[in-house]
Order: sequence, then C-alpha cells, then structure tokens
Amino acid sequence: MRFSINGEPVEIEPEPGRVLRTVLRDLEHFEVKKGCDAGDCGACSVLLDGEPIHSCIYPAHRLEGAEITTVAGLGTPDAPHPLQRSFVDAAGFQCGFCTAGMIVTASTFTEEDREDLPRLLKGNLCRCTGYRSIGDAIHGVSNTESAVAGEAIGKSVTAPAGMRVATGREEYTLDLKTTALLHLAVLKSPYAHARILSIDTTAALALDGVHLVLTHRDSPSTLFSTGRHEHRTDDPDDTLVLDPVLRFRGQRVAAVVAETVAIAERALSLISVDYEELPAVFDPELARSPGAPLLHPDKGDEQRVAAADRNTVAEMHGETGDVDAAIAAADAVVTGTWRTQRVSHAALETHATRGWLDAEGRLVLRTSSQVPYLVRDELCHIFGLSSDAVRVFTARVGGGFGGKQELLTEDLVTLAVLSTGRPVQYEFTREDEFTVASPRHPMRVSVTLGASRDGTLTAMAVDQLMDTGAYGNHGIGVMYHSVHESVSVYRCENKRVDAQSVYTNNLPSGAFRGYGLGQVIFAIESAMDELARELDIDPFQLRRLNAIVPGDTMVVVDPNEKSDLLIGSYGLDQCLDLAQSALERGNSVETPAGPTWSSGTGMAISMIATVAPRGHFADASVTLLADGDYDLAVGTAEFGNGTTTVHAQLVATALNTTVDRMQIRQSDTDAVRYDTGAFASAGVVVAGRALLAAAGALGELMLERAYSMTGEHGRIVDGGVQTRSGLVTASELLEAGPLTADGSHDGTPRSVAFNVHAFRVAVDSATGEVRILQSIQAADAGTVLNPEQLRGQIEGGTAQAIGTALYEEMTLDGEGRVTTTAFRNYHVPQFADIPETEVYFASTFDGLGPLGAKSMSEAPYNPVAPALANAIRDALGVRPHELPMSRDRLWRLAGDGWREPSS
Amino acid sequence: MDLITVREIRVASTRDEVVFAPGERPLGGGTWLFSEQQDGLTGLVDLTGLGWPSVTETDTALSIAATCTIAELSRLTPLVLRTGERGPSRGSQGGSPLFWQCANSLLASFKIWNVATVGGNLCVSLPAGSMTSLSAALDAEAVIWTTDGGERRVPVADFVTDVQSNVLAPGEVLRSIEIPRPSLTSRTGFRRIALSPLGRTGTLVIARLDATGEVVFTITGGTRRPVQLRFDELPNARALEQSVLAIGEWYSDAHGASDWRRAMSALLADELRIELEGIA
Repeated sequence: MRFSINGEPVEIEPEPGRVLRTVLRDLEHFEVKKGCDAGDCGACSVLLDGEPIHSCIYPAHRLEGAEITTVAGLGTPDAPHPLQRSFVDAAGFQCGFCTAGMIVTASTFTEEDREDLPRLLKGNLCRCTGYRSIGDAIHGVSNTESAVAGEAIGKSVTAPAGMRVATGREEYTLDLKTTALLHLAVLKSPYAHARILSIDTTAALALDGVHLVLTHRDSPSTLFSTGRHEHRTDDPDDTLVLDPVLRFRGQRVAAVVAETVAIAERALSLISVDYEELPAVFDPELARSPGAPLLHPDKGDEQRVAAADRNTVAEMHGETGDVDAAIAAADAVVTGTWRTQRVSHAALETHATRGWLDAEGRLVLRTSSQVPYLVRDELCHIFGLSSDAVRVFTARVGGGFGGKQELLTEDLVTLAVLSTGRPVQYEFTREDEFTVASPRHPMRVSVTLGASRDGTLTAMAVDQLMDTGAYGNHGIGVMYHSVHESVSVYRCENKRVDAQSVYTNNLPSGAFRGYGLGQVIFAIESAMDELARELDIDPFQLRRLNAIVPGDTMVVVDPNEKSDLLIGSYGLDQCLDLAQSALERGNSVETPAGPTWSSGTGMAISMIATVAPRGHFADASVTLLADGDYDLAVGTAEFGNGTTTVHAQLVATALNTTVDRMQIRQSDTDAVRYDTGAFASAGVVVAGRALLAAAGALGELMLERAYSMTGEHGRIVDGGVQTRSGLVTASELLEAGPLTADGSHDGTPRSVAFNVHAFRVAVDSATGEVRILQSIQAADAGTVLNPEQLRGQIEGGTAQAIGTALYEEMTLDGEGRVTTTAFRNYHVPQFADIPETEVYFASTFDGLGPLGAKSMSEAPYNPVAPALANAIRDALGVRPHELPMSRDRLWRLAGDGWREPSS
Repeated sequence: MDLITVREIRVASTRDEVVFAPGERPLGGGTWLFSEQQDGLTGLVDLTGLGWPSVTETDTALSIAATCTIAELSRLTPLVLRTGERGPSRGSQGGSPLFWQCANSLLASFKIWNVATVGGNLCVSLPAGSMTSLSAALDAEAVIWTTDGGERRVPVADFVTDVQSNVLAPGEVLRSIEIPRPSLTSRTGFRRIALSPLGRTGTLVIARLDATGEVVFTITGGTRRPVQLRFDELPNARALEQSVLAIGEWYSDAHGASDWRRAMSALLADELRIELEGIA
C-alpha cells in the first residue's frame, strides 16, 4: 500500500495485526513514541489526514492513501512550528517523552480549544511536569530567558536539548536503527511460588526465527540484587538472572531470542514447564510470623538477609531516652496507624535495553537507566567480565523517578548477546511495568506522639512494616531511609523506632522518589497534625517549636551516631513562614456551594538529605575546543531532572561564557572514569561539584597557557583569555597542545533540604470528592540555580504526590496477581487533576553544595500527601489513615465517622 | 499494540464477506481491540469498508450505524449544547446534549473518538461503555445481522448482559442502533461521577421524561449491565431511592467500590428527580 509520512511517499505491506506506530518506527520515524501501547498516554499521537489519532491503536491495514504527519513533520530545529518554539520557551517538558504527542495534539487546537485543555488533553499523560508548564506552552507563555557570558547561574535558561526534544530529533533509548537485531521475550511465572521441576524448550527452539531459548540452566550462578547502589553490599544477594525457584507471579521462567518480538512471543507458548507449586504468603504481617512459607530460607548474613527464617530482609529496633515513660507523663498523646499503597513510577519510557558487540568484541549496552556505571559493574560481577570489556550508556532517558536505579533488562540482554553474538533488544511492555518492575513499597506505619502542654514533643514512637516483595532490592536502604529524615527532623528526648522489611510472594518493590520517606512522613505528619489539634496549637507553630534548628544534632534513635550529615544551610523557618503567609493570604478560589461541601486547611513539612549516605562519587572533565566551545564529560544521566541544563550553567559561569558553548557528553561509561549515578537527587550536588572543580582547573590551565604565550596575566572570557594586549583565542591557546581538566567529588559531607506544603481544600461528604482550592509549596534548595526548572521539579513532585494521595493505586488480588495493568485502570494524574501550585523559595546558601545549591528532585514529593490528608481532616472532621484518599474511601469515612481503615 | 496472533485481516465490502472462521472477530474502529492482547484471535473482518452511512433518519427513528465514529456521533449535539457534563436538562427543540455528554463520558479522549465506533463501544460491553449508556437510556434497539442473512432486534438495555458479555451469538454482527423519535423529543437529565474529575465512569445516570409522563432512569457504569427503572410518573424521593438501592448487581473495580457506586447512583438519581421536578 501507498501512503505518505510528512509528505514523503512510502510503499509497504504491513503484516496483519500491525499498528501504525510500529510501521512508523520501523521506517525510522523514532519521533513517534511508544509509551503505553494501548491508546491511553498519547505519546504516539500523529495526524491522520489532519486529524489527531493515537497511532499505537490504529490498524496499519487502513493506511492506503493516508497522509500521516508526525511532530518532525510539523517543524525542524531551524524552522520550528510555533508550538515547538513555545514548548522550549515555556520549559514545557522535563524528560520530554510525552512532548511529541503533546505538540501534535495541541497543533490541532483552535483559540477556543485552548480554554478547554483539561478535557482536550485527557489523552496526553505527562508524568514529569504537573502540566502547568504545558498549559503555558500551549498559551504561548515564555518562562525562560537567555544569559550573557558568565551570568547563567540563577537564570531560567532553556534545556540544551529543548529544541531537539520539541521537534522529535532527540534520541531516547530505542530510537536508533540496528541491523540484524534480535528481540527477547520472557516466559513469566504463572505461580506466586513454585519450583521448576523440568523445562523443555525443544518445540520453541524449532520455531522458524527462534535463535535461542534461555532457562535457569543457562544462568550464571552468581547471586545479585536488581537494586543498584554505590556499594553492592547495600542490597541483599537474593536474585539470579534465571532462577529455578519462582517467588512471584511474573518472575522470569525462560527467555526466547528471535528475529521479531512476535516470533519470540509465539515461541513462549511452545515452552513446556513442569512446576511444583509451593505455599505462598502475601501479607507481610503473616510473612514475618511463625509458620509462614519461607521465600529465601537458604540465605543469611553472607547474602545480607537479616532473618530468613522470618522472611525479614532487614530490621531496625532502637530507642533513645524512655519513650514509654515519656508517653505516661505526657499532657497529650496521639496514636494511629497509617497505610500506604503500591505506586507505579509510570515513567513514559518503559525499561529497555539494546545490546551488541562492538568491532573490538566489547559488550555494549544502550539502556534506559539512571545508573549506567553501577549496571556495568554489576554485570561484570555477575558474568565474570572485566570492566573494560563492557560499555553501558544511555541516550536521553524517558523518565526515571527511581525506577531505573534497577537492573531489570540489562542482564538478560547481556546473556543473550554473549550467547548469540548478535544485537539483542529487550523492551518492557506497559504491563511489565505494572507486574514486573518495582513499585513504591507499601507500608503500614504506626505512630505515637507525646507532648507537654506547651507543645514540646516529648515522645515519638514509630513502628514501620514494609512489603519488599519477593526480592530485597532497595528493601534495606528504603527501610533505613524511611525512618531517618522523617524522624530526625524533630527534636525529641525520647524516640523509638521499629522497622521491618519483609519478603512476601508479591512483586518486588523498589526505589521511588523520596525513597521511603513519603510513606513514613505521611504517618508522622498526620500524627503531628493530630497533636496540634489535641494541644490547640497552630500546626505551623507546632513545627517551629519542635523541628531541628542549626546547632541541633539530627537524631533518629542514636544521639551519638557518627554521621556526615550536616545542616549546610537552614531554610525551614523561611519555608514555614512563606507557606503560612500564602495560606493566610488565600486566593480567589471558593468552596463549591451546597450543604455537603466543607473546606479546610492543612500543612506538613519534610526534610531530606541532599546526597545518599556512604559515598556518591562523580568524575567529570572539561576540555577547551578550538572554536571556544567546551566539551563537558559527565557520568550522570538526564531523565528530565534538568541536571544537564544546570551543568551547562555551572561551567559557563565558571568559565565566563554562555551556555550555548557547552557540548555535553553524559551517562556513558566511556565518558568519564566513574559516576555513581543519577539517584538520591545527586546530579547537581555531586556531579555538579565535580564539573565545577574541572572547570576551575581548566580555567587555571588556560590562564597559565596564556601567560606562557604572552607573559601577561589574563582573565577567561568568551572565546579565550583576555590579556592587556588582546584576546588569546581558544585555537591559539590550543596550538601548544590540548587543554583539559578533570574534577571529582565524593558526595560527603552532606546537607539537608527542606520543604513545606500547605493546602486549602473543599470536600464533598456526599461523594468523597476533594477539590484543591489552593496548593502551596515552599522549598529550601539553597541557591536557586535555575528558577523555572526548580519550579518545574517542585510542581512535578507535587503532581506525582497528588496522584499518590488521591488517585493512584496498584491493586493485587490477594494472591500476588496485579489487577491494574494499564493506565486505563491506574490513574496517573491528567491535566484536569492537577491544580496550579504556588511555589516559593527560601533564600539560603549551602556551604556544601555547588555555588550554594541543594538538591531538589525527590524532596517536593514528600510533604504533599500528609498536607492534603491534614486539610481533608480539617474539612471533613474525620482523619484519613489510608492512601489513596479516593472518593469511595472518603465517602465511607464521612459516613461512618472515625474508624480504623480496613487492611 | 501489534496483535501478534492475528494472521489475516479482510476488509468486507458486502454482507456476503461478513463471515468468520473460528478465531476471527469483527473489527470496528479497533481502538479497543488493538489496545490489549487478544488471546486466541487469529483474524479480523473489518466492517468499516462496508460503507454504512453513519447516521440515517427515518420516520420513526434515528439510525446510527455501528461503524459511526464517536466523533461523528458527538456532533449530533448542537454546538450550543456542547458544554460541561452537568448541563441542564433539555428537550428536543434545541436538540439533545446526550450525544456530547456520553462521548465525553468515555475515558478515551477526542483523538480516540476519531477512530472508535459506536458499535465497537457497545460490543466491548464494559460497564463504563457510555454508548451503551446513551442508547439504553433512549430505549434504542440494537439491529443485529444474524448468520442466516437476516436480522434481529434487541433493546440495547438488554444487549449487554454482563461485564464484557452481550447477546451476540458467534458470527452475528451489530449493524446499527435505532433511537425511537419520541425518545429524542423527551427531556433528559445526565449525571456522572468517577474517582477523578475526568476519570473512567464510576456510575452514570440518565433520566428521561417522556411526553406520556413516563420517567425512565438508566444506570450504567455502576452496575455490571444497564439497569432501567421505569415509573409511570415522576417518583417521590423515597420510592426512587428504594428502587435504586434494590438493584442487585453493583460493580466493583479500580474505578470505584460497589458500595460507593450504589450510593452515588442513588444520589445522582435523586438530583435528576429534583431537576425533572422543576420541569414537569
């Protein structure tokens, strides 16, 4: 059949059952993205004869005579469509994976349509921004500015990749052609707990087009963890590439490598497996109790599993002072138990890896990862390879949020490439993201607080239980972190913490924005709100009375704990004032009329360390180029966090030039010696400091070179070194040899950042509906390096947290089967769901961060759910104890009065 | 998504070609069929090549072809009535807001409407299928092509029998729905609630006040299949509430728990009762 793409005629005969999106990507129109593959997210939107459609659900057999227009057909970087320009100027994207579909969709809007965006954009999901900046882009509002040489810091400059993203030119993980590519598909366990007795792959191997079938017999015997950290010993060794014991539904049983995805998937049904079903446990309370089926009975200290005989991968029990006595003596005591749900990262780009052998026989993996160096090192450990035999890199990553601090696809691709010698790709489906990838840990958190009449917190007891699922990836780190800054932000003489991370036969949980803090902060800040009510003290004031101030030690349960965590700058007081005054100022949004509507206000605070503990390392280099540009090499990844923009700003400022002079190479194990990776919000504060060090050193080298050439002391300017007698240009400086400098940072000591969120809401007791009338967040991020980007991070974190608080819930059937496996059944916030948030910045300068800055990627998420819960409590008169605070739950609460939530 | 088990797609251009081998199914717009893996599906017969006129008016009915797109159907509501979901109850003189309201009740955005069909939505037979809501509420009939070359008619309210289950026998095809003219001249009221502002329907209630005085409340989304409550005249609050609460088959899924859906259905029905009371 014949049709056209962006005016170019094409002639193809698509296979039956193919969709337009596959046809377009096969023809190297990589600007058309695959986000959900089900018509829910809109990343694949194209115009068909001028009308917008979702190409992932459009049958390709109907294309005869069609005119298809993609985002690349709307404009080019040199001649962009007005919307492409305005998405860049408005900073209307973060990871950018949704942007092509957004722009294509919005390109069909009339003036009138622009007033109807919530309805018209309900088929376009953005997981990063919170939509405010997307609305700005469509309305032509510019939020960015340019900066003259040396003055980029503090300016809202645009992301370097902006125009490439907006015109569909920026490459993501799978946006490239690889010849002779094979595809990998996985046979998944139909049982929550089973042992493979026998497995016969003969029929699958015999299928035409099948190259390889991998089973546990092919697996390396080295245990590892899919969760990745600087120290591999931070996670338990409890996982194999392919394991004869299956511990959750969906776990890999076997993998087929074939010419096409379709052939590989067809071959899966030809694999014959005999299973011995084993008893399973799905409730962490039961799993840690005597008599429960054991998931990892053969593991112990050596694998860093705390108590395999009670399914406990990690636990912590500690006390300072005497909590029971303090509670007995307290004037006010509040207690409660809160529950949080599983949440999917829902990054629009799914996990995926493409691997091949390069000309030298080296294994090369292009993967959607936040941690390419950690992936490389662990693959070397698993497969017994030397680190120079493996290169791991990323293109632009389509969203992460912690979900890609995980080794989920790379190991199978490695095994397949090493076995076949051929390029192999493994791409998660959206269903895989829900059933196999690691969601936020669900937690049960009990909190008891005691206080004296004057509001002094005298007792704090936290009892946390989390379901780590079938494997312990991040199950240790999340547990410790969840009870750290949430507890240590308060001064209190008597504190007790009990925490347990427990294996069950549910899918494994993992790292997610906030790394456990959000769940425990929901409980503690809800309890603090209840305490303020009990004491009749303003909730802002109760925090002022009890939150740490400079000079305080941050204590969880050990006042003498050695720590590199310091208060490098303190802006919590400002954040409290900013949020409170904004709430008191109010806005013009009114409570809906009607006898069943009531309104209320609520707030919560959060603190977070600016870097992960026990070392986070970054190397960077900066090189002068002959035209006066600079080559920046940095290991950390860009997945919408905006670190690349800030890196350009830091170096441009240090070298007194403009950001357009920065040519950045990143997230490639070939780029620099090492980088721990893009997690714990470290991209700015660790890699940024490494780059600043490199830039400073390069500046010194340039001045020395100029002096040696001219005998004059100069200063760095745009294009070279300015001396009294004239400009020594970059190319002149380089005549005597290259000029390059390295820098590094070890991520210690660490500082803390603060966030305060406040809401005014209306709640309809008749339906359970919540309307957010005012949303406010104040953040202490130290020096604000890029105000618009920082605002975007705060809005995006707030939007994700509103999703967690009101809408999102992965449901399981009680037997380990995930029942929400598509966006249509898992409500990622839409444009219509997210109110505008007023964002305020504290004015502080952090002694430990680059140019005084602190990290602010995870932090904005953490105070939102409790602030919203506290506002709902204020409006409804009943306290929610369970997330999400969905309409059906709130309706029940309103009707029944106070009661413990059902489990 | 690519349907990897599908080996053949035939575009039918005459009724003779609307025949199915085992494992084959009819294809409307495809927006649902291509959104999930369809186990055991080996072939599709595309109905959109049959050239059925989307909308035909007869003396007694408005006939909407199964292949009419949601976009075309939504435009049956005049521009001035294409406002928010909770528009006032209106009669026929100015046209019906229901087409627009029901199109907007889909989780699917306007882009999907360009391809998705009215018949496809009915045949998927999900509780939240708002084309079922629309046509059931208007007492439309489903015209079904039978395998012997004839046709049969079923009230749309009886077409969907349970979640993703309907009266179509193997080989049968939904040809059209016919909305009787009197329904189009009735006053209607519309209420919908979901767990989020524009989310998939938790429950959807449409009330219709006929010229005869008969009042029909049609509940979809909250129930496993459409439920109609008929009254000779506008019921009082208690009678209506009792009738709604007496419905047995409330649905529970990710879009709302059954107890909430039951209560919301009663609440919305009562709002509509009050609204119609103001008109009657």
